[in-house]
Amino acid sequence: MELLGAIVTLIGSLFLFLGAVGIFRMPDVYNRMQAGTKATTLGSILFLIGIGVGHYECGCLGKLILLIMFIIFTNPISSNALARAAHFAGVKLTKLSVKDDLAEDGLEKGEEK
Amino acid sequence: MLKKGTLLFFLLLIVWILLAGTDLQEIFFGALISLILTVVFFSKASIFSEFNLNPKAIIFMLIYIFVFAWELIKSNMDVAFRVIHPIIPINPGIVKVKTKLKSKLGRVILANSITLTPGTLTVDTNGEDYYIHWIDITSDDIEGATKQIVSKFEKYLEVIFG
Repeated sequence: MELLGAIVTLIGSLFLFLGAVGIFRMPDVYNRMQAGTKATTLGSILFLIGIGVGHYECGCLGKLILLIMFIIFTNPISSNALARAAHFAGVKLTKLSVKDDLAEDGLEKGEEK
Repeated sequence: MLKKGTLLFFLLLIVWILLAGTDLQEIFFGALISLILTVVFFSKASIFSEFNLNPKAIIFMLIYIFVFAWELIKSNMDVAFRVIHPIIPINPGIVKVKTKLKSKLGRVILANSITLTPGTLTVDTNGEDYYIHWIDITSDDIEGATKQIVSKFEKYLEVIFG
């Protein structure tokens, strides 16, 4: 059981590592956010599940489930806030980008929300 | 009216049981405090009145959790693949999609789900429009993008939130 927990934790940390690599390699803020959000969400969830499986006798399963739920709810919201702030602050998309509907529609901060 | 109070009460109680364990004394006291909190915050809990509570909605809620988990795993594989690929294969941009959902909570959950699915990140919302940063644009117009990004979640959330 402890081995299984260790393996799950290892996979989780692998995803966290790939997230870090993604933040390093991606060309602009928004693409970095993509790597940062997704990899850290699943990485932390697997990490917590690994702890729950490996130490199931500690009676902390309920707390871990709560933690996972909070991560699922808060992680996308924080990255959404960061991306939105970056766009309104005028951070440009990378040159590889195909289109930018948000800039075309010209919604600036303070306007109808 | 009664529905939202009941939902709030059970949500508080479940969170308390998850935190404190299944000791009978703890549950009794937790229930008491949950009841007091429910009465105090009853008027502020209007967000819970948006849930449908018929059997079909509850079954769809359970299905939604599995759909969501699968999409989450897929999105991680997708991003991980792009990250370790030597010539980072991306084709990014911000697209606009529309949702049919009316309820506020439903829209929040939809935006969160979009953020956690393969290659998409909600940048801003404006009423029924969502502006989504898409790492690999495959369709250029609003309808196509809506179909690819939003539809798979919307059909479940429509039933859950009505």
